[in-house]
Amino acid sequence: MKHKTFLWFILPSALAMILFIALPIMSVLMQSVFAPHEQVVKEVENCDVFGCKRSVTVDVAATEAQSAAAPLGRFVGTDIYTDRNHLALSEIGAIWSSATGTRDLINQILNLPFYGALAFTLTYTAIVTPLALLLGFGIALSVNAIPRLLRGPAIFFSLLPMIVTPLVGALILFWMVDARGILGAALQSLAGDPELSVKASTPLMWAMLIVYGVWSSCPFAFVVYYAGLQTVPQDTLESAMIDGATRGQRLRFVILPHLLPLTTFLLLISIMDNFRVFEPIVSFNGGAHAQSLSYFIYADLNATNKLLSSAAATSVLTILGVIILLSPVIVRTWRSFGRAT
Amino acid sequence: MMTGTVATRRPLPLQALLVGFLILWIFVAAFPFFWTLWGSFRVEGDFFSKADWTNALTGPMTRAETGGAMTGQGYYGAWITHEFWRAGLNTLIVVVSVVTISLTFGTLGGYALARSGHRYVFWILMIALVFRAMPHVTLVSGYLLPFYQWNLWGHLPTAIIVLVAINQPFTLWMLTSFFQNIPKDLDESAMVDGCSRFQAFRLVIIPVMWPGVITTGLFSFLLAYNDFAVTAMLLDQQNQTMIPKIASFLGTTQTKGNVMFAVSAVVSATAPLFLLVLFFQRQIVSGLTAGAVKG
Repeated sequence: MKHKTFLWFILPSALAMILFIALPIMSVLMQSVFAPHEQVVKEVENCDVFGCKRSVTVDVAATEAQSAAAPLGRFVGTDIYTDRNHLALSEIGAIWSSATGTRDLINQILNLPFYGALAFTLTYTAIVTPLALLLGFGIALSVNAIPRLLRGPAIFFSLLPMIVTPLVGALILFWMVDARGILGAALQSLAGDPELSVKASTPLMWAMLIVYGVWSSCPFAFVVYYAGLQTVPQDTLESAMIDGATRGQRLRFVILPHLLPLTTFLLLISIMDNFRVFEPIVSFNGGAHAQSLSYFIYADLNATNKLLSSAAATSVLTILGVIILLSPVIVRTWRSFGRAT
Repeated sequence: MMTGTVATRRPLPLQALLVGFLILWIFVAAFPFFWTLWGSFRVEGDFFSKADWTNALTGPMTRAETGGAMTGQGYYGAWITHEFWRAGLNTLIVVVSVVTISLTFGTLGGYALARSGHRYVFWILMIALVFRAMPHVTLVSGYLLPFYQWNLWGHLPTAIIVLVAINQPFTLWMLTSFFQNIPKDLDESAMVDGCSRFQAFRLVIIPVMWPGVITTGLFSFLLAYNDFAVTAMLLDQQNQTMIPKIASFLGTTQTKGNVMFAVSAVVSATAPLFLLVLFFQRQIVSGLTAGAVKG
């Protein structure tokens, strides 16, 4: 295809992505190195019959002039990145020299908001991704074992947790584990503690978010593995059987190698999706116990005085995280693409 | 097929284990939805019962408060009193526009990417992949300041075009792999006969592209319908769609009975998705696997 024709075809799509994905990333970068102007104040003397009083007021004209001269705000360089709410370099230094042991060191660092959010996001991704893949694989094997007629309904119900809106799905689970809900009551009687509440406990909140994560993302792994199982090479399977391979050996040496490329694909998509975990924390109202990077940004943006610079700095750090997570895939695809052409 | 014969050879304990596991999973997957549907016709005192969880099943408080075993109070409160219908209407506008526009942009772009053999295709697809991985909230924090300044904030068209853009990377990937499966000869022979590239696309490719477009459209629909980050942050009260509206119910649940508005709204918002899976299960499954099987 000629370059010019290609350009015309791709233009609408490329324009949309440049305007609303690439430029916002630039905008985030800019916002993260500029802080909002401070209001200019001036001292005025008010004199009346009782004498003169000096008071401080906002100089509206000067404040506006300042914004007009530098609409982006004050340039602060990397100050926002290194402040207490982000990388907290000086706090880390202080903790490093004062901590009494490794445990204390880690605890103190995780109390810093950014590191806490990073820790939750990485823990969530690291636990949910493999569990969802394993569970999905198990469901795929099971659905493959039932009569063909029943598979349609089984797939229908299995798809629901993934298709339903994340905010809504998480709410449905949240209402069930509420202290007054059916699962919450069950948990209370199991633990023998009538005061037990997911809302009030950090470990329980993390566990519930992870349960939601696995529940909502394993259907995707299931569907992909199920499709993969339909294309397992039957003659290889048969020759393995003739050679006396047991069921476990066939699974290990024929079926699993066949599903390996699918696993790479699933890992890529699941890591991307789990890294941006956000809605369940809103639904569970769990911001006090668990913050993800996305939720951290959302909380800044939702604050009454809109902490745009702070949100922007966290966004840039999050984007860096995404690129680091994706880099092995990009390098690999680049190599295979280089070989193909 | 072989799978049938393999299945019959499966030893009984293993078969029982697999079936048992599947039944357990389907229960875990589906029960929460039916439980919430059932509970949405109760009053708060029953669905969130301090005394006994079986109250949600038998509904003594519902009977005491409303006189009937079931009540539509939650739905009435959400849809009429709190104007959930307006949010539903906004969702309809957003979803229809997003799907139409992203498919138009996506088919053009995807077709070009599938037919051009140049090296920059790789880079465009890779950049799209990185864009696809961006948490939506990071982009939202980039929109707010310019949108405030240019007075774009709060309007439906803004949210629509933003959702279209966020949707593009995925749409491009899906449709590129779909167009690659349509034989090149088809449009190339049309061009030999004197068609321009665009004519070939319009006359030859468009008539055969609908299966792929419908599958991609389903996922665009899901993205627009399920979105919370963009619609919650970029739309004002008047233009809110269903999902942010549900989230805003949660802020007011302190008042007794209000949480049932949220429950009814959640059930209402889930119903269209149920129907979607019911009618398009095959397309959804094939769409989910398309990316995986083709690399």
